[in-house]
Amino acid sequence: MLYAVLCYHDEAEVMGWTPAQDEAVLAKRAKVQQKVAAAGKLGPVARLMPTTAATTVRSGREPVVIDGPFAETKEQLLGFYVVDCASLDEAIAFARELGHGETGALEIRPLRHFETGSRAR
Amino acid sequence: MTDLAWIDAALTAARPKAVGALLRYFHDLDQAEEAFQESCLRALKTWPVNGPPRDPAAWLILVGRNVALDDVRRRSKTQALPPEEILSDLNDAEADLAERLDSAHYRDDVLRLLFICCHPDLPAVQQIALALRIVSGLSVEEIARAFLVSEAAMEQRITRAKSRVAAAAVPFETPGAVERAERLGSVAAMVYLLFNEGYSATGGSAHVRVSLCEEAIRLARLLLGLFPSEPEIMGLTALLLFQHARARARLDPDGNIVLLDEQDRGLWNHDMIAEGLALVDKALRHHRPGSYQVQAAIAALHARAARPQDTDWAEIDQLYATLERLQPSPVVTLNRAVAVAKLRGPEAALAMIEPLADRLSGYFHFFGAKGAFLTQLGRTEEARDAFGRAIALAHTPAEAAHIRLHLDRLMKDSQSA
Repeated sequence: MLYAVLCYHDEAEVMGWTPAQDEAVLAKRAKVQQKVAAAGKLGPVARLMPTTAATTVRSGREPVVIDGPFAETKEQLLGFYVVDCASLDEAIAFARELGHGETGALEIRPLRHFETGSRAR
Repeated sequence: MTDLAWIDAALTAARPKAVGALLRYFHDLDQAEEAFQESCLRALKTWPVNGPPRDPAAWLILVGRNVALDDVRRRSKTQALPPEEILSDLNDAEADLAERLDSAHYRDDVLRLLFICCHPDLPAVQQIALALRIVSGLSVEEIARAFLVSEAAMEQRITRAKSRVAAAAVPFETPGAVERAERLGSVAAMVYLLFNEGYSATGGSAHVRVSLCEEAIRLARLLLGLFPSEPEIMGLTALLLFQHARARARLDPDGNIVLLDEQDRGLWNHDMIAEGLALVDKALRHHRPGSYQVQAAIAALHARAARPQDTDWAEIDQLYATLERLQPSPVVTLNRAVAVAKLRGPEAALAMIEPLADRLSGYFHFFGAKGAFLTQLGRTEEARDAFGRAIALAHTPAEAAHIRLHLDRLMKDSQSA
């Protein structure tokens, strides 16, 4: 079974960490990652940019593009894609197409850091 | 992380919202700050035991308010409210409060808090000092160090600024759309000033200066989180990120200024640049250009160039032309002249800045740029004069040392010629 582990935290707090604190957390996590990676079990790892860099496409008959992260509580996170786009417009077009004929929303959040991982397909 | 470290980070992060909300309850800045202090002290006692509350800001507001109410009750000898030790478990109360303090409320609370620091009667430095004290929660000592004054002098300035603000009617009603936009404009300008104070390095240690820049970025991000659809706030945040991304490359190990062309671009912070580019991308979609966006777009072109010779100077020239229209200023024209020098040569650049001589007669960078253009034209004597004026106007030893370097080169060149 593949599992996605999603990281949540108070953003304002994490952004307030000093570089040293941030690096310490990453280093601590890297140790755990390395263990799993060595076993060939690690999939993609990503760190997202802050929610202020996010754009949301609300699906529906007329998709609506909204600045900011997806912030509703009645819908749940059900999946995600990682896609390489030349521009935000390209990413928005992809999200519109994905959500075509659906309701719900797709949040577009630029990645800050990305690793492909060690797991063989 | 230790208890103290995460609690400190959580308290700092929650501060603008919490003090903003407490100010709305008490209508008094000192009382709001005292209540926040008190709730922080209680957080330090109970959080390590009970763990972090789900919504730290809501917890701090609730406790801060209760402490004040408790005081009133104690004085009137009625029953006290429950102690906050059990409050961490009262998730219902927390959730309820968090709900009432929805993002719209927080937005106006934080904006108000920042806005009162921008009182037009306060000189720029006092606006910044007040914001650092009230919104960012820096100690008076830290602020004093940043501005190279004694702690007592800074204390006095902040106290005076506070009473100035208190005497002016603080606007507590919910602002209308126009008013909100005006407030946002003033606050954005203050954040920009704060960043420049850190960036221009008129004094203080590099470390202190960097923290001012970081604080400005934190406030810009805070504003953007509250006003996610304002392209100018995206532009402002992006601009600060681009400028700050170069911080490590701007000074060499001896503290000498390194110009953009000569900076080691590998030292630039590419995370910050990527975030800035994402924000510029977002802003452009709104088709509502403004001066922060244009400045961010210029900085983005510099940031995008892997090597100095890859810089798109034609586009930069165009963007400065737009900026001259949006925000006419001799300093903007001076900056444009640097792009013009790259595009059409030093003669055209010199012709462009000649008419600015009167208005920029006290401006260090005017003479620095003029000297550089004259040097390129081989007009050594005039260049030496211009550099001499620049040194006289330098604000920091680093600025003066940088110009002296140019003078030394001129001397050597004229000797070898």
